[in-house]
Amino acid sequence: MAKIDYHNLPVSYKTSVQKVDMGLWEKIYYPEVIRGLLLTTGHFVRNMIVHTAHVFGMMKDKRGAVTYQYPEERRPIHRRYRGRHRLMKKDDGTERCTACMLCETVCPTNCIYIVPEEHPDPTVEKHPASYEIDILRCCFCGYCVEVCPCDAIRMDTQDVEIAGWDRTKMVYNKEMLMANITGPGAPPEDDPAQWWLK
Amino acid sequence: MLETAIILAKIWGVLLTLVTLAAIMTWVERKQSAVMQDRLGANRADVFGLRIIGLFQPMADGIKMFFKEDFVPPKGDKFLHTLAPIVAFFPAVVIFAVVPFGDVLRIGTLEIPLQVARLNIGYLFILAFGGLTIYGTVLAGWSSNNKYSLLGGLRAAAQMISYEVCVGLSLVGLIMVFGTLQLDLMVKQQGELIFGFLPAWGIFYQPLGFLLFFPAVIAETKRVPFDLPEGESEIIGYYTEYSGLRFGLFYFAEFIEIIVMSALFSTLFFGGYQVPYLYADGFVFPWGGSWNLPHLVVVLLQLGSFFIKIAFFCWLQVLIRWTLPRFRYDQLMRLCWTGILPLAVLNILITGGILLLIKG
Ligand code: SF4
Ligand code: SF4
Repeated sequence: MAKIDYHNLPVSYKTSVQKVDMGLWEKIYYPEVIRGLLLTTGHFVRNMIVHTAHVFGMMKDKRGAVTYQYPEERRPIHRRYRGRHRLMKKDDGTERCTACMLCETVCPTNCIYIVPEEHPDPTVEKHPASYEIDILRCCFCGYCVEVCPCDAIRMDTQDVEIAGWDRTKMVYNKEMLMANITGPGAPPEDDPAQWWLK
Repeated sequence: MLETAIILAKIWGVLLTLVTLAAIMTWVERKQSAVMQDRLGANRADVFGLRIIGLFQPMADGIKMFFKEDFVPPKGDKFLHTLAPIVAFFPAVVIFAVVPFGDVLRIGTLEIPLQVARLNIGYLFILAFGGLTIYGTVLAGWSSNNKYSLLGGLRAAAQMISYEVCVGLSLVGLIMVFGTLQLDLMVKQQGELIFGFLPAWGIFYQPLGFLLFFPAVIAETKRVPFDLPEGESEIIGYYTEYSGLRFGLFYFAEFIEIIVMSALFSTLFFGGYQVPYLYADGFVFPWGGSWNLPHLVVVLLQLGSFFIKIAFFCWLQVLIRWTLPRFRYDQLMRLCWTGILPLAVLNILITGGILLLIKG
């Protein structure tokens, strides 16, 4: 085993702060400072050219800024993005959920409240009398969607603007979840990408 | 009577121009930094739906400043707390008085020098009032009755006093070359030519002097990369306890300083209002040929050239502010005392030697 020369350790061993050894070129600051300034000037000039061209209706395919101008311009949301929940419906318009309580059980934040009830149709066992999700507590893990045996709940509304003035209004009840209000870009009901349902 | 009226007109003209430019600078700083960082910057302030690329933002800021609570720490010194921003603001504006923004304007027999005050101690006046801004920061730190503000104020004082030495010494070479402290005489000499074609700007006489003067001035005005006195969120600066219009005054003083310092750079090193090859009655080109221009056009060209130079240096200072990281305090002090100061002294020696050789 090689003996360690404790008196001549490299600088990086001795100090907790990693020191970069600078040569004379870096120590006189100016060349490196000018290099940095040239970099930012490059961005400045390029973006100014693009902005100016936009005023005259040219170079529309190039963006002068990488940011999105939010309320007018939205970021494309991926199809599998987990947005606000919605409850699916049967063909006759009633809820698909059978009140099996699996989602309420699996939910890590305990934010689903289901009150089950006997279904009027004797061939169907149960249905939820009320189904509430406290959206403020939800952590959007998607476990409820994963666990549901009858695909009665989905998070594909693409709705990300979940906001309100009042906490009590942020508890979504069954009617709200079944209203099927979807955000922009939500997949249609007969989405070919959801082939696994068939 | 007419004399007084002209002087008053010049004072108000310069003051209003400075304040307007400073307001525009706040917008420029926002927008330029945004464009440099591939953003768009503040563009939402509008009047009746009219946005004109965010130009209303300075007004919105002003209104906000007016309506914010103006808070004085209960155990702070109310008088000094009010005085401090004024002390910081005043010198920044007053320095511009000795900066010539044009040659003489002739209307009939009337000769109006385009400069507020023709002082023969011009540069010393600038140093003296530049030194006064230190009081603003120290008073702000002291009167806030807040330990961190006080430390920030002292830090600022140490930095500014150190760099004042550098600002003073790095310019001695230039004063030796021009043989005067009066700024308009300096600019006049810069209208001549070296070797018959190069404009006799200070930068060509004193390249090292400029490289030392530039960072020293930026440190003196407490801008990034030397903005330790402020250090907004990390090390807490001297105006922590300021809000509302008092804070606004500090903030505004900083932007006026940018403009005044830009004017100073162009006056001392880049020929001030001079346009290369432009003389009192038109262009005379070194490669032969001339182009006569009426007096008014010449004056306007000079004003325009001065303005363009100021705009360039404002742009450069904003570019620097949004590019470089901050110096650590020991690095800052080391740069001053072991970097700029010895080089400035060396610059004086070299300049003296060369002047001795040339002029005998
Ligand atoms: S997404 Fe997760 S936290 Fe939200 S309701 Fe479903 S299981 Fe609960
Ligand atoms: S897991 Fe599905 S079916 Fe079961 S209660 Fe939840 S939503 Fe209804």
